[in-house]
Amino acid sequence: MTRVRRWLPGLLLVTPSIIAIAVFVYGMLGWNFQLAMTDKHDEVSEGSFVGLENFFTLWDQKRWGISVNHAIVFTVVFVFGALLLGWLLAFLMEKGIRGEGTFRAVYLFPMAISFVATGVVWRWLMNSGQGERAVGLNRLFDSLGLEFLQWQWFRDPDWGMAAMAIPAIWQMSGYVMALFLAGFRGVPEDLREAARVDGCGEWQVYRHIVLPMLRPVTLSALIILGHISLKVFDLIVAVSGKQIITDVPAVFMWVAVFDSHDPAKGATIASYIVLAVSVFVIPYLVWTLRRERSS
Amino acid sequence: MTTTVTGPPAAPVRGGATGDAGGRARRRARLSRGVRLTLLVAFLLVFLIPIYVLLVTSFKPLTEADPGRAWALPEVWTAEPWRVAWEKLAPGIWNSVLLAVPGSLISAVLGSMNGYVLSKWRFPGSDVLFTLFLFGMFIPYQGVMIPLVQLLVKLNEVTLAVTGVPGVFYGAIPGLLLAHVVYGIPICTLIFRNYYVTIPDELIEASRVDGAGMLRTYWSVVLPVSGPAFAVVIIWQFTSMWNDFLFAVFLTGPQSWPTTVMLNNIAGAQTVPYSQQMAAALLASIPTMIIYVLLGRFFMRGLMAGALKG
Repeated sequence: MTRVRRWLPGLLLVTPSIIAIAVFVYGMLGWNFQLAMTDKHDEVSEGSFVGLENFFTLWDQKRWGISVNHAIVFTVVFVFGALLLGWLLAFLMEKGIRGEGTFRAVYLFPMAISFVATGVVWRWLMNSGQGERAVGLNRLFDSLGLEFLQWQWFRDPDWGMAAMAIPAIWQMSGYVMALFLAGFRGVPEDLREAARVDGCGEWQVYRHIVLPMLRPVTLSALIILGHISLKVFDLIVAVSGKQIITDVPAVFMWVAVFDSHDPAKGATIASYIVLAVSVFVIPYLVWTLRRERSS
Repeated sequence: MTTTVTGPPAAPVRGGATGDAGGRARRRARLSRGVRLTLLVAFLLVFLIPIYVLLVTSFKPLTEADPGRAWALPEVWTAEPWRVAWEKLAPGIWNSVLLAVPGSLISAVLGSMNGYVLSKWRFPGSDVLFTLFLFGMFIPYQGVMIPLVQLLVKLNEVTLAVTGVPGVFYGAIPGLLLAHVVYGIPICTLIFRNYYVTIPDELIEASRVDGAGMLRTYWSVVLPVSGPAFAVVIIWQFTSMWNDFLFAVFLTGPQSWPTTVMLNNIAGAQTVPYSQQMAAALLASIPTMIIYVLLGRFFMRGLMAGALKG
């Protein structure tokens, strides 16, 4: 009885949040999934249970295949680009450099701005006009004598999504840098010193001491970038609207809900996005908690 | 293991050639520092390109809209684009203020209470609960959006029937605020929990021994030292509410559009000149940029919490 009295007030204090999370996160995920298994393809019908039918018929739609493809290209370019650039910036700063505060501040500040606002300027920078009509980066290349670098950017039919990843890399690599910098600084100096005394060159110290210790940070960064990438929405809408050439699942879902007025289809796309993200995130959460418990 | 093998031979070599090798090493260190600095400055300039474009374009008069002068400084600087942008964007900015100021405060209070309980006043199963909360931080909000819209529409009907006021939740700021506060619970709880873990248990115990209950202990022991965590959470929530586009585009209507949606409407229209679009983009970013410049330290801590570290 006294033990119950000891923890009950705590439980009561978090009860509102428990209810909110139960309803708004788990309840609504379930509700959405259930809606995806009905044939409610307009806003008035009741919708009856059709099982996983929508999940299969979605693949018959050409636009869905395109948007999945786009999401994959975008994810690969964005995740590796941001990881590489973020790591490089951290590596260059790791040993301390004059003006480190300024560098960090500039690399990180895009994080404080919305994708919608940065989308405005990136749409201008990545304008596909060339030659006389060129503005943005194409114009810059032109005036630097680098005309051959001009291209269609996100309007390129094959590599458009790679161009779309550039603003995202710009926005997120500072964050990756901060993560890696914390990782680098977390490697005890005595450990490096010990390796040096043992005759390791700087490269070997890096390869055998620092890199293995950066693995957890790399994984965290990978998960964070990956889950941002799979649900990317604002950036695409801000740069190119809802055109098919840059369609991704999140934009397709928006179109399904507001333009096609098809709740079941929207819910099906949403379920796929949730599944894709969960595949990353659930093992990661389990791993993190295990690590936390063991330390 | 390698220590004993490679250790001894390395030492005499080092000792023998101090003068020359030391000088070379120092020269090499200076060279490497030079290379690093050069690269960092180059990246810095590349990172600043979009900001240069935003600033320069936003002060250009319409007569200088010629693509040939796209990268040039304005010949005549004018604040006219800013004036027009402000006129168009002001209602959205006001809506964003109504959303983000109360929203971030409510989030902080909730997060603080949850974090306190989950770190210092645990109950059976509280660790599992915390994990279940954390998953809520990573879900793509698309997965809850359609039911959320349906729920808010229902709430509209209820409030209409009870109070006679139409459109209280769906298509209005309170609905958007509710969504942000609820889906902000996981990250706010996480930040506060990780912060409160560092408070020594002895302090809580001492307060308990003195006969103080949970709320009393919270009020007199925990809350007075919570300042930094409140700063981190309020900044984090304010920034994400201010910058959000997804919830806003699904849950609000013309009367309640926040800054981001209005900005996207302005920028999406082909008829609006670049100078006005860019002035609007800068205007929309000013509050979060000011926060970043003044309180970057706290902003960073929120970011790091997002990586589940701490």
